[in-house]
This record gives sequence, structure tokens and C-alpha cells, in this order.
Amino acid sequence: MQKPKPTSITPPGRLNLPQWREIWRSREVAVRMAQRDIIVRYRQTIFGISWVLLQPLVTAGVFTIVFGVIAGLDSDGIPTFVFTLAAMLAWNLFNGAVSQASTSMVSNQSLVQKVFFPRLIVPASSVVSIVVDFLVSLTLLVALLFIFGINPGWPILLLPVWVLLILMLGLGLGLMAAAYLVKYRDVGYVLPWVLQVLMYASPLAYSLNAVPQNIRWFFEANPITWFLEVFRWSTLGAEAPPSWQFIALIVAAPAVLFLGILVFQKNEREFADYI
Amino acid sequence: MAKYTLFDALDDVSFEIPQGEAVGIVGRNGAGKSTLLKLLTRVTGPTRGKIELNGRIGSLLEVGTGFHPELTGKENIFLNGAILGMSRQEIRKQYDEIVAFSGIEKFLATPVKRYSSGMQVRLAFSVAAHLETEILAIDEVLAVGDAEFQRRSIAKMREAASGGRTVLYVSHQLQTVQALCTSALLLDRGKLTYSGTVEGTLEAYRDSFESFAIAQSNPDLRPGNGMLRLERVSMEDEFVKSGDDIDIRFAAPPSKDLIGSYFVSAHINNDQGAVIAQCDSRLVGKWFDPNHRHEGHLLIRDLWLKPGQYTVDVFVCQAGVLDAWEGAWRFEVLPDLPYPEFTESSGTEKGLVFVNFDYKEA
Repeated sequence: MQKPKPTSITPPGRLNLPQWREIWRSREVAVRMAQRDIIVRYRQTIFGISWVLLQPLVTAGVFTIVFGVIAGLDSDGIPTFVFTLAAMLAWNLFNGAVSQASTSMVSNQSLVQKVFFPRLIVPASSVVSIVVDFLVSLTLLVALLFIFGINPGWPILLLPVWVLLILMLGLGLGLMAAAYLVKYRDVGYVLPWVLQVLMYASPLAYSLNAVPQNIRWFFEANPITWFLEVFRWSTLGAEAPPSWQFIALIVAAPAVLFLGILVFQKNEREFADYI
Repeated sequence: MAKYTLFDALDDVSFEIPQGEAVGIVGRNGAGKSTLLKLLTRVTGPTRGKIELNGRIGSLLEVGTGFHPELTGKENIFLNGAILGMSRQEIRKQYDEIVAFSGIEKFLATPVKRYSSGMQVRLAFSVAAHLETEILAIDEVLAVGDAEFQRRSIAKMREAASGGRTVLYVSHQLQTVQALCTSALLLDRGKLTYSGTVEGTLEAYRDSFESFAIAQSNPDLRPGNGMLRLERVSMEDEFVKSGDDIDIRFAAPPSKDLIGSYFVSAHINNDQGAVIAQCDSRLVGKWFDPNHRHEGHLLIRDLWLKPGQYTVDVFVCQAGVLDAWEGAWRFEVLPDLPYPEFTESSGTEKGLVFVNFDYKEA
């Protein structure tokens, strides 16, 4: 038996910052829960992990036809299909992180009610399966780059940074949503709709240049636009977005994550009572 | 008008438990037992006060929490172990033992959703039983599972307690508390009313029924919507011989507020708090008209109670509960046996009630 470590339980303070040491000690829970999510997702499916490839392929195909062929919108000289698919991967990463993290508390209801471990682990580990999906579909993009003969150049080295920032943004929003979804299930109805609006207000399947000047500001103020543009710059060698967007993304993503953690932790004590 | 009424599930509860003690936590429903355990296991946080634990606390709150039906037995052992607070090395070290204890070696690669419910319980318990935390919290987990399994669980808990670990055991079943625990705490409506020896606690628990019964004789303090309140519940005598008919009388005034007839349900409880019999007037087709006063009788035949103290709860219901009078009457069954012969005590000590039985040659 290990030597006992004294623990002291007191009411949480006003600013309930996460206990990082405690989270680190419970890392095994995070690992197992992430593993569970990944295994369960593709068990009892015939095509298994290939669904991860199929889904963006089909959606990107549809978007190409709608926005590229029918609407004839500009895609900066890059084949519309690749142009859309790249943005699609970034969007799926963000969207997946928000959706998974926000519903994670409620879908692990019985655990939250009965067992203790730092609650932050639940949404954080739920994002892991999204990252795995992203990495798998990234190979698809790499293959397409070779097929279309696109060389993105050195900016591709910055890709991990953008992936990290997208995750921070998604997890941050997801944490806030998760904390309120515990109390108010309304969040579960509003959130998908908000995400959809955000998606349509971003240049996912066409270039920002195709957006009329008078509503361009709306697209440019959308954080989704920032990371889509930066992502396409890094992977497709598209035109670099203005530097204020780089800065905005680099500042906003950690800020949103931090805010998300604060909101989540503030409500942590009550989770087991309300869920 | 305030939307919420604030309610302290636990208030002013202070106690110290020495290491290696097996402590039973007893109390009526709603006394705060489970809340106390939730606070100790950190599932929920306190609003004030302080808890100090020397060592890790693990809980057997409910068997099967954290199992995922799609995962195989093996995957679930690792997942559940981690959720209960075991490190990877601990699970690896104990893995063979967990598998052997659960007796499901052949089905480790089968998804748990294809297990029988007995197998699921066995697997879940084996993982939990191998939890090596210094403090173990258990909330009536023994209520589930078959007899063989309960026996093994009790053995495991004894082992845990004798191995120098501290065991906290929340229960309604006073017998198991008596069998397992070295000391006990009594909670009553959120307050700690007794802590000390198991015998002392059980004594205090029985006494608390008395003070509770006195409080309940005031209709304003009883639960129920109050559209009709019983005036009186009584029996001819406070002493009954086992095997005799039990005759409970009650008086109900007329009620102008009530539309349509109501029914009455009475419970007979033993001194351990277990409901021995429920007598619902609907079962015998008896309904009462609220326009009239009722002086009723409940006649219970062929209930052979064992010697001891019993309480009677009477509930008056329609769509909702009109009056819930717990502890409305109390009687004692005298220690003479309803059987033609006497034996040593081993012949009568098992079972909750006596029965009218016979042995015959074929």
C-alpha cells in the first residue's frame, strides 16, 4: 500500500482554478476515456475508420458542385475540391471539438454523479477522438496535394500551431457550453444552430474575395474565417491572410480556452447535483 | 415569493474516524447518509466546512458505474479501474486476480453488452473489490447480486477492514452494519445525533423512532397535502401474541376539500426499519367516502410476527398522498412462539417472520 497522502476538502473558492497536479494524477482516466470513445465509435461498423475519410470527401464534393460549379464562386485559382476539403478538415476539427466537449458531461452523466475525478478530464478527453479523426483525414489531404501537384512550401511547418489554436478555440467554447448544458439543456438545441450560422458566415467553400464588399466585414470578424484562411495558407499555399488575423487568432484562441476553463471550474461543484 | 427553498442536507456534522475502523453510517431515509458519502468521495462539494482525509478514498457506490456496453470485458476492466482511481500499474498487477475473482475468463474478448446481468455485476464488483485505496466507501452495494455474491462481498469487506483500511458503509440494513462494522454514526435530518459503538448507535436509532413518532403525531408536521388528516391510529393493546390477529383502528374526519373517494395503506415495520407487510385498501376493494366520518378497522390475519418491536405507518392517498403518518402506532410482539413445540434458538433465529407451516409424509 502506498503511503497515505493527506487530502483536504474545502468549499471551492470564487475563482476555482483547476488543480493541475490532481489532473495529472488522474491522467489514466483521461487515457481510458479517450480510448473508449475511439473504440466505441467504429465498433460494429463494416467500414470502420474509413468513415472518417468518406464524410469530408462527400461533403467537399457537394460543396464543390454547389459553390464552385453552380454558383461559380472564386477559389483563388486552387481547384475548388481541394480548396474546400482543406477548409473542411479545419472546420470539422473545430466543430467536432465544440460538439464533443459540450455534450461530454451529459453523456457521462452516471459517472459524474457517482465517481470523483477532476471534471475537466471529461471534456478534455472527449476531444482526443476528434484529433485522431483529423489526423486520419489529414492523410487524405496530403494525398490530394500530390495528386493536384500543389506545393504549400514552408508554411506547412506551422500547421501544428494552427491545429493547436483551433483546438483551443473549440475546447474553450465546448467547456463553456458543457458547463451550461449540465444545468440548461437548451444549450444542446442552440449550439448546433449557432455553429451552423458560424459556418455559413465563413468562406468555407469559396474565397473571401468572392464575398461582396458590403458584408465582407462580417466574414472577417468571424473567428472561423481566421483559422480557415490560415489553414489554407499553410496547407495549400493560398494567399496569406492579413497579419491582424494572425494576431487575432493567436490571442483569441488561448483567451477563449482560458475563459472556458474558468467558466467550467466555476460550475464544477454543482455538476453532480444538477446533471 | 421565493422560487427555491434552501435546504441543508447536512449541517454541523463533525467526527473523526481512526484508521482501520469499519464505520457504519445509519439513519432514516433523507437523513443525509448518501450526501455525506458524496461529500467524502468528492462527487459533490461542500458549501462550508472542512474534510481531511489521510489517504486516497475509493468508492463502491453502485456496481457497474463506468462500464461501457460496447467494450469487451478486458477493456472495461481497465476503463473501470481507472475511473475508480487505480493507476495503470495497479490494474496490471491485479489484472489476473480480478479476472479470476470474477470468473469470466472465457468472455474477456466479448463486449459486455452480451454478458448476462449476473456476469456484469460479478465483473464490476471484482474490479471494485481490488481497489487498494486506504479508505473505502460503500453505499448499500450489497443489496444487489445473488446470495453467493453477497457472501463474497462481505468477506472482501472484512478483509479490507482487517487489513488496516478504513471502511465507510452506508446502509439501511442494520444486520449488515452489525455484522461488519466496528463503530457507527447515526444521522437524523442532516445532523449527527450519535457516534460510537455499533450497539449504541443502533440503540439510538431505535430511540429516534420514538422521538420521530412523537413529532409525527402533530398533523402539521406530517408530509402529505393535508386535505385530509387522520385523527387517530391505535390498537387495543400495545402487546400482541405472535399468530394473533392484528387489529388496527383509525379515525378519519370528513373533508370538504376532497372530491371522490380515497384509500388507505398501512405498513408494518420491524425495528430494523424494514417493511414487513403492506396493506393497501385498494387490494380488497375498499375505498372511503370523504363526505363521511370513518372509524375504520384494519384486520390483519395470519401474519406471524417474530418477537420484537414493530411500528405502523398509515398513508391516506387519492391521486397524491393526503396524509403520511409514519410511526403512527407502536406495538410489541411477546416472546412466546406460535408453534406447538419449543426448540433451541437456532430453530427460530432465521427469517423475518414466522409462518404457519407443516411437514407431512408423502
